[in-house]
Amino acid sequence: MKHIKTINKANLKESAQKGGCGKCQASCQSACKTSCTVANQKCER
Amino acid sequence: MIHKYKLCGFNIVLDVNSGGVHIVDELTYDLLDNVEPPFEEKCPEKVMEKLSRIYDRQEIEDCYQEIVELYNDKILFSEDDYEKYAKWSVASPVKAMCLNIAHDCQLRCRYCFASTGDFGKGRKLMSFETGKHAIDFLLENSGDRPNLEVDFFGGEPLMNWETVKRIVDYARSREEEYGKKFRFTITTNGLLLNDEKIDYINREMSNVVLSVDGRKEVNDYMRVLPGADGCYDIIVPKYKKLVDSRGEKEYYVRGTFTNKNLDFSEDVFALYEAGFDQISIEPVVGEGEEYALTEKDLPAVFKEYEKLAKRILDNEKEGRKFNFFHFMIDLDQGPCAIKRLRGCGCGNDYVAITPDGDIYPCHQFVGIDEYKMGNIDEGTFDQEMKKDFANAHIYSKPDCRRCWAKFYCSGGCNANNYEYMGDIRKAHKISCELEKKRLEVAIMMKAFRTYGEQE
Repeated sequence: MKHIKTINKANLKESAQKGGCGKCQASCQSACKTSCTVANQKCER
Repeated sequence: MIHKYKLCGFNIVLDVNSGGVHIVDELTYDLLDNVEPPFEEKCPEKVMEKLSRIYDRQEIEDCYQEIVELYNDKILFSEDDYEKYAKWSVASPVKAMCLNIAHDCQLRCRYCFASTGDFGKGRKLMSFETGKHAIDFLLENSGDRPNLEVDFFGGEPLMNWETVKRIVDYARSREEEYGKKFRFTITTNGLLLNDEKIDYINREMSNVVLSVDGRKEVNDYMRVLPGADGCYDIIVPKYKKLVDSRGEKEYYVRGTFTNKNLDFSEDVFALYEAGFDQISIEPVVGEGEEYALTEKDLPAVFKEYEKLAKRILDNEKEGRKFNFFHFMIDLDQGPCAIKRLRGCGCGNDYVAITPDGDIYPCHQFVGIDEYKMGNIDEGTFDQEMKKDFANAHIYSKPDCRRCWAKFYCSGGCNANNYEYMGDIRKAHKISCELEKKRLEVAIMMKAFRTYGEQE
């Protein structure tokens, strides 16, 4: 495309189909302890 | 829903519901202000007429067709169809626990949310028996979750070190029988670290959070011993020793910034220059507290986040890399959409336990009587309150529901919402604004790493 460049896979919808296994880290057990940033976590499936 | 913004020469468009991130030219940026689904075969004449004062008509038409193509591919103006998933996981197993192993601390940090360690409930250490019951509770309530997390927190957990080790040994002894894997973390102020503790932490703890605020003068103003002496010179050599022998295992040096050091990028870089490459610096938020950031501080904080990002990117050009926790974002392999509906999971799949065995939704709720969920030693656990937290997802929080950042922050901190807004479902505005700014910066940094510096 000339005007628009997409920089990621945009796969949130796909992730919902096979998500929810709960193997991943609870987000507040990381460095923050006071603010939630969920998008920086890994899927551990 | 889309969100678009300009930062460091990039025009960035997020497609909120697919997670798509698009870098666009000026024409697309302007055209997106004028078009939305349902799309027509050709760019509407009214839009064409308006934009052709600035742009070429053929270019506008080409650009319109690109937008339509992305819409048809469901990565622009895509639908929000996740609400049905929010109704799931209501009876979620408990998989993570914050063990407040010591309600005591040697420091008297000026901004401490835990009333200098005792959470307003008296100085106490957790007994091994209570810790053992907490591990049993986690094993019994974790359903099919294979990975269990236990964070030793306080107060200062090293003040109850022998109990920490006994609890770890006990948990490890039950792993095989239950088919579970414990991941331990510990958060410490560093004062009691020695070689034995460093070796143990590096062997047993999957993550360690080392508290320090950055520059020596900043740290030593806030993080003080009872005689008001700062602790920087005691802790930093110990942290360095720990990190140097830790290998590839996860750690963070973790600090707090306040309205007294709005130039906190200096603190991040001071930590980097001191030899650390996993860094987290977190704002103090609150209402009417002496050191807390207020709305009037936001423009300065936003500028500082941008400055920090530019410095990090410049640093990377010279091959000097480090992670700043709040700018870390995974746009491809991040958590699934279902995880993103609830965020930290406090009160549902994550709880905190006090030295007395009381259960709270998380460490930030500890000491708030109406949020006591039960007691480990007494075998009580309030399932109604658990359900209430399970239902505190982005679709039950009115501000989150319509927010572009909802799948990145996942509804924010319920404890902050309760403390400053009186309701776990009411978003705390300053926390939201800070989170949104960090996200915008983090996404810009991804664009920069892909396309390089923009003119």
